Amino acid sequence: MNILRIIEQLSEVDADVLGRFDSRRAVFKGLGSTAKKGALAAAPVFVASLFSKAYGQAAGPSIIEVLNYALTLELLEEDFYKKMTAAGKVPAGAPAGAIALILKHETAHVALLTKTISDLKGTPVKDVKFKQSAFPADYETQLVVAQALEDTGVRAYKGQAGNLMSNSALLQVALQIHSVEARHAAHIRTMRGQTAWIPASASSLPAPLGPVYTGNIREDNVVQSKVNITTDLGTPYTANEAAASFDEILTMAEVLDASRAGGLVA
Amino acid sequence: MADLADTSFSGRALHRRTFLRVAGATAASSALVLAGCGKDDDPTVTDVGTGTLVFAANDTGILNLTYLLAQISASFYQKVVTTPPADFTAADTAACVDMRDHEVIYRELYKSVLGPNPQTGAYDNGLATALEFNFTPYTLTTRAGVYAAARTLEDIGVGAYNGLGRRLRNGSYLRLLLKITSVKARHAAFVRDQAEPDSFAGSDVITQTGNQAGLDTIKTPVEVAKSLASLVPVVLVADNLMLL
Repeated sequence: MNILRIIEQLSEVDADVLGRFDSRRAVFKGLGSTAKKGALAAAPVFVASLFSKAYGQAAGPSIIEVLNYALTLELLEEDFYKKMTAAGKVPAGAPAGAIALILKHETAHVALLTKTISDLKGTPVKDVKFKQSAFPADYETQLVVAQALEDTGVRAYKGQAGNLMSNSALLQVALQIHSVEARHAAHIRTMRGQTAWIPASASSLPAPLGPVYTGNIREDNVVQSKVNITTDLGTPYTANEAAASFDEILTMAEVLDASRAGGLVA
Repeated sequence: MADLADTSFSGRALHRRTFLRVAGATAASSALVLAGCGKDDDPTVTDVGTGTLVFAANDTGILNLTYLLAQISASFYQKVVTTPPADFTAADTAACVDMRDHEVIYRELYKSVLGPNPQTGAYDNGLATALEFNFTPYTLTTRAGVYAAARTLEDIGVGAYNGLGRRLRNGSYLRLLLKITSVKARHAAFVRDQAEPDSFAGSDVITQTGNQAGLDTIKTPVEVAKSLASLVPVVLVADNLMLL
């Protein structure tokens, strides 16, 4: 049996095959599990269990799906900031400098994710555009949308980290993008006169911002690791202190919902 | 000390001698750490200054490092809030109170998550008093000095968290870490902007070109330990975390 040959054949029907295997940890985790793939019955048990590990997880999206989801959001952000720059309403000086820097980072994220997906034999999404009809005419509202996009990005990356745990190199990169999005979000929020961190009250804001801070786990959540922060830590903390201390996840479905980023895609 | 108001740190002054338990290690490996204090009749104390804190090669070791980071940051902002520089504005104080609250919550949550077990829980479960941190490397008497120091600490925090995430085995710990990571990045962006306008994502923290372009800092556990060395009254040994 030639495992490389099997992987090669699989890659013809599954573009994500390398993404599934691209982790020593996944390989070693697979060693202990039971062979389930009948087609591989003749193969040594450890290889079979490896495939079982790679293909047996019906629950989560594949690594390529996660990366394309991230790329979709980055493309949306990139196009938004391009439109914002082209609209010419951003004041010269510090505001224009900040938007240019943020755009530069989004472009870098697009390039990095596109290359990574291609390297993994996936097909990177492209031509994701910000819906023109949703693009605000005035600078203040443009900043509102920028805040919505950045805070959504923070929650979206956070929501996918678990799906990248099998690939520590990709998880690493995702975390390095995640914190950049958080820096962007903090700065945009500051430009709008908001706190850099998300207060509990944000979850009650009207659209378009409100839905960014809701979801199955809302940003005003005060329970972390089964500990109620307001009551269980000896010293009582306010609900706002508890909520602002932690950012929460959004699921893929929540982000792509029409009430959030999904509604901003052309 | 300026941080008298920090009730969770106050209490008795640091004892002359303090014992440091191996963070998350077994009894066997804690013997290793105690090698330097074998003359003590009472195994619960050792000489301050020769104490060593070894982080174990597991999730508990990682969480003990984030616990220490939270302790340091909480202590730092408490010191600033208690004795603000003369040129601090009300907005500066409000922001530092917020960040102090966040860090105290992290500290207490990590302590709770790590649990009370003296061997596998928070590293300082057996200490008579919590560690006291030394901020003399920083100038905390001016607004600029405070934000420069905060920038250093928060950037260390973001780099540390970014480097630790992939070393965790337990997915729920990873989720917890990330919920905090992005708020640390918000702190970092905010204090950077205060230290130097519009430096929230400056080229010293975000790679500008090449195949790492657009990516934030990563610090390895050993780099983090080195960065914190001057602030902590014990020797930090994070080598085990490099194996993860």
